[in-house]
Amino acid sequence: MSTAVSDRIEKEVLLRAPLSRVWQALTDAREFEQWFGVRLDGQFKAGTPIHGKITPTTVDPEVAKMQKPYEGMKFEIVIDRIEPKTLFSFRWHPFGIDPKVDYSSEPMTLVEFTLQELPGGVRLKVVESGFDKIPVARRAQAFTANEGGWAKQVELIQKYVEKRVAP
Amino acid sequence: MLRSVSRRSSGGAKAERHRSARVAAPAAIFFALGDETRLRLIARMSDGGPLSIASLADGFHISRQAISKHLRVMSDAGLARCGRRGREAVWQLEEDGLAEASRYLQVISKDWDDKLRRLKDLVEA
Repeated sequence: MSTAVSDRIEKEVLLRAPLSRVWQALTDAREFEQWFGVRLDGQFKAGTPIHGKITPTTVDPEVAKMQKPYEGMKFEIVIDRIEPKTLFSFRWHPFGIDPKVDYSSEPMTLVEFTLQELPGGVRLKVVESGFDKIPVARRAQAFTANEGGWAKQVELIQKYVEKRVAP
Repeated sequence: MLRSVSRRSSGGAKAERHRSARVAAPAAIFFALGDETRLRLIARMSDGGPLSIASLADGFHISRQAISKHLRVMSDAGLARCGRRGREAVWQLEEDGLAEASRYLQVISKDWDDKLRRLKDLVEA
């Protein structure tokens, strides 16, 4: 089955703040918690996993309300690289929130933040890659209505499920 | 009817409500998709139209109660809905929810937009 999932998400944003401020907001776990919407045990260290729980963000009350149902869900990221004021990266399970599912055997995506100082601010680039290895992304892909319509999608889901259930 | 109206309009309270519902959905949708039984229920409902819990449970080695629980998770995620055929409760797929799931990367992309907006608010404050 050749349902290729496009592999990456790329974002770029201009932050009107000093480089040191942006770096701190990204890599100080207490600050990261605030905008990311998690509570973490400890600080970031390259090559080391860090655990925590999903918690409503403190920055945006509207989003906090939406995150409420997932409050307390376990959360793990594995810090990849910390290169001061240049690059911060981690691996995680995107939307890995089902408490009954053990995601540890599933591949993770890689999230990379790269910073570039510009006059008047910082250009922050975020790249999340590796979705083609994530089962739920492949399942979701099976619902895509591009080819063959609904009947085709059902066939794909069934094939997918049968393959997974078969010993 | 309301749903199609709100989807077409680009502003106003209805569109706003629709947008909010979509934002709330991703985690619930991917939670619902992350289970083998629920995926099989989706496949079964796609084949058979509205089905009773008894016919949905047929062939599964789990209780009807467990099936009901899975169906509730799916309905909370907007992937399935319950209707009635006479006195019997029947279940069918919610195609809008499935379409949302198919946009997995867009949904995650939107999640990053929200996170980066919050980061921007934080560092520019």
